[in-house]
Amino acid sequence: MYLLKNVTKSYDQSKRRVTALSDVTLEIPTGQMVAIQGPTGGGKSTLLQMLGALERPTSGTVSLGDAELSSMADARLAGIRAKEIGFVFQGFNLIPTLTAQENVETALAPMRLSATERASRARKALESVGLGDRGNHRPAELSGGQQQRVAIARAIVKNPAVLLADEPTGNLDEETRDEIMELLEGLWRDQGLTLILVTHDSAVAKRAQRRLHIKQGKVTEKK
Amino acid sequence: MFGTYLVRELSNRRKQTVIIAIGMALAIALVIVVNAVSAGVRNAQASVLESIYGVGTDITVSQPAAAPGEGDMAGPRFEFGADDGTTTDGTTEISQSRLMAGFGSTTFDASALETVLGVDNVAAATATLSLTNTSFSGELPDFTQMQGGGEGGDVMQAPPTGGADGAGGSAFDVNSFTVEGVDVAGTAVGPLTAATLSDGRAFTADDAGTNVVILDESYATSAELAVGDTTDIGGEDFEVIGIVSSTSADATTASNTYIPLDTAQALADLDGQVSTIYVQATSADAITQVQSDLEEALPDATVNTQADLASSVSGSLSTAGDLISSLGTWLSVIVLAAAFLIAILFTISGVARRTREFGTLKAIGWTNGRIVGQVAGESLVQGAIGGVIGVAVGLLGVLVVNRVAPTLSAGAASTAAVGPGGGPGGGFVGGPMAEQASATSEVTLQAPITLPIILIAVGLAIVGGLLAGAIGGWRAARLRPAEALRSVA
Ligand SMILES: Nc1ncnc2c1ncn2[C@@H]1O[C@H](COP(=O)(O)OP(=O)(O)OP(=O)(O)O)[C@@H](O)[C@H]1O
Ligand SMILES: [Mg+2]
Repeated sequence: MYLLKNVTKSYDQSKRRVTALSDVTLEIPTGQMVAIQGPTGGGKSTLLQMLGALERPTSGTVSLGDAELSSMADARLAGIRAKEIGFVFQGFNLIPTLTAQENVETALAPMRLSATERASRARKALESVGLGDRGNHRPAELSGGQQQRVAIARAIVKNPAVLLADEPTGNLDEETRDEIMELLEGLWRDQGLTLILVTHDSAVAKRAQRRLHIKQGKVTEKK
Repeated sequence: MFGTYLVRELSNRRKQTVIIAIGMALAIALVIVVNAVSAGVRNAQASVLESIYGVGTDITVSQPAAAPGEGDMAGPRFEFGADDGTTTDGTTEISQSRLMAGFGSTTFDASALETVLGVDNVAAATATLSLTNTSFSGELPDFTQMQGGGEGGDVMQAPPTGGADGAGGSAFDVNSFTVEGVDVAGTAVGPLTAATLSDGRAFTADDAGTNVVILDESYATSAELAVGDTTDIGGEDFEVIGIVSSTSADATTASNTYIPLDTAQALADLDGQVSTIYVQATSADAITQVQSDLEEALPDATVNTQADLASSVSGSLSTAGDLISSLGTWLSVIVLAAAFLIAILFTISGVARRTREFGTLKAIGWTNGRIVGQVAGESLVQGAIGGVIGVAVGLLGVLVVNRVAPTLSAGAASTAAVGPGGGPGGGFVGGPMAEQASATSEVTLQAPITLPIILIAVGLAIVGGLLAGAIGGWRAARLRPAEALRSVA
């Protein structure tokens, strides 16, 4: 599924050059559940950006299936993101003016679907995260756990190959954290997703098949 | 999705929508009102010109006034013999009416008309004689009694100051109105072409040399005269045969009264003399050529084109015209620029506030084009809302202007300068008669609304929205999708 070869990503900050990822070579097979851990500033989010086709590496190659992400034009990267990749964020990142149903529909906007098909697929996705009755609520009217469920529905509504999550439980209490993790695991198991999540939480990381540790841009496998 | 998202954004971020729309609405309303009022002022100027010079007049020919003191044509003069009037109880009651050339214009030989007609590309021409009828009535104290208290023979030089308690116990009433001698044959040009007959009949060729008069409607009303009545002009009785009004609403016609040209010449002792020739050129292109040919053929004459005439419109009308065209235009431009700036700044700050939102949409696969379209769509609709409100407010403003219908006075200065009054007759010149030198008319301002103005105004609002949207969209396009992963601030 994913193949990263000698990936380096560096940023030019005001004076110095920061290497967020340093010569990372990594393979992630289809259907794997991977947890990424590491100290803050270690490069976890940067790695997720490479996997999520949000940024191109400074050097090295990133491929997703047959697609060579590191050399693709912006518009084609957007197309890959629209079809293949689902994203879940720590801050939920829902659009505050849209209802839950409409937020889920934004993920289908890039596809050529009729309004009714879009609506029915979004409704099903909301049902699958247990929010079938909250479609007309705006984010501000939902609890943190419910907002993250809407965000998960938005991520899976397009039936992506990969689900990437950056600290999906970071803003939630323990009880809600477990609920969300069970939901993600269930989706991973039932839909054959490749699930890659960044977490500080060892309890969350223990659920994964594989654990990666990232520190100062270097990736190591953790047993 | 586009529509839903747009409506949700505009209705949930109402403050931004309202501010942008109000700014735009103010600017659009101002543009409409300024445009309508300046169009109204232009119409008023045109109607004043038309009522004074007639429809279709391209060029007028006149002669500048001779230097004062060269004879007595410059001012009215009353000569009373000792036997005039009736004397009772030592006071003489007198009443006299005199007709003379209008101030500021000199008469010249009618043969000039033939010269004008001989010039190439002259389609039509007619000559008129502008006169002023001044009637005087009042009481004079007995001269024989005055001799004792007076200073020798200088009594007549003391200016009568009007009222019955004035110097020497005299009482005067001075009345004047304008008289225009016109060609009874009826031509394509001339002052009467801008007038419509509202009562009675127009001149026919048979009227030549007879004492018949056509009155301006407002003069007829103030003088309480109707068709069939008789009025005194230059000491003779004239029969009122018709009443005319200006074709352009609210303006008066060029003169108070119109009489046959030859009658006027005879009565004013100005045989074969005219004061103005109205010329129509065969085409607008020929005007310049006709003007220069006329100047060559009549070296002593002043030849004015319609453009010269337009610049001669003076009074509050011209002040209003200047005010509207300078202040109004600048104000519109400034307010419009401010509205655009407000729209742009608010859109940019909106995009900055929604950095995470747009980053997230990019992260889930929205292309730059879709996001730019969304931002531009929002600004466009905000501008359009402002445009619609602005049109409504602007129309209301114009309606108020038209309801108030301010009256503007306009004077078209005579082609020649008004010479200093005060002929040898002394005393009576000035005041009301000096005003007769230039035709003054009152015009009520009506600001017209035209579809193009409304379309331009709405177009401006849309341009403003598009501009803000383009700049905001450009900002949004530059956002990195990775912004979505920025830790919550
Ligand atoms: N856009 C950027 N511009 C400059 N430097 C950046 C940028 N993004 C990340 N970095 C730097 O790269 C390094 C890795 O950052 P990254 O966000 O990947 O860390 P992280 O492991 O996700 O940390 P955290 O646990 O705090 O989220 C950091 O030193 C960060 O300052
Ligand atoms: Mg991070």
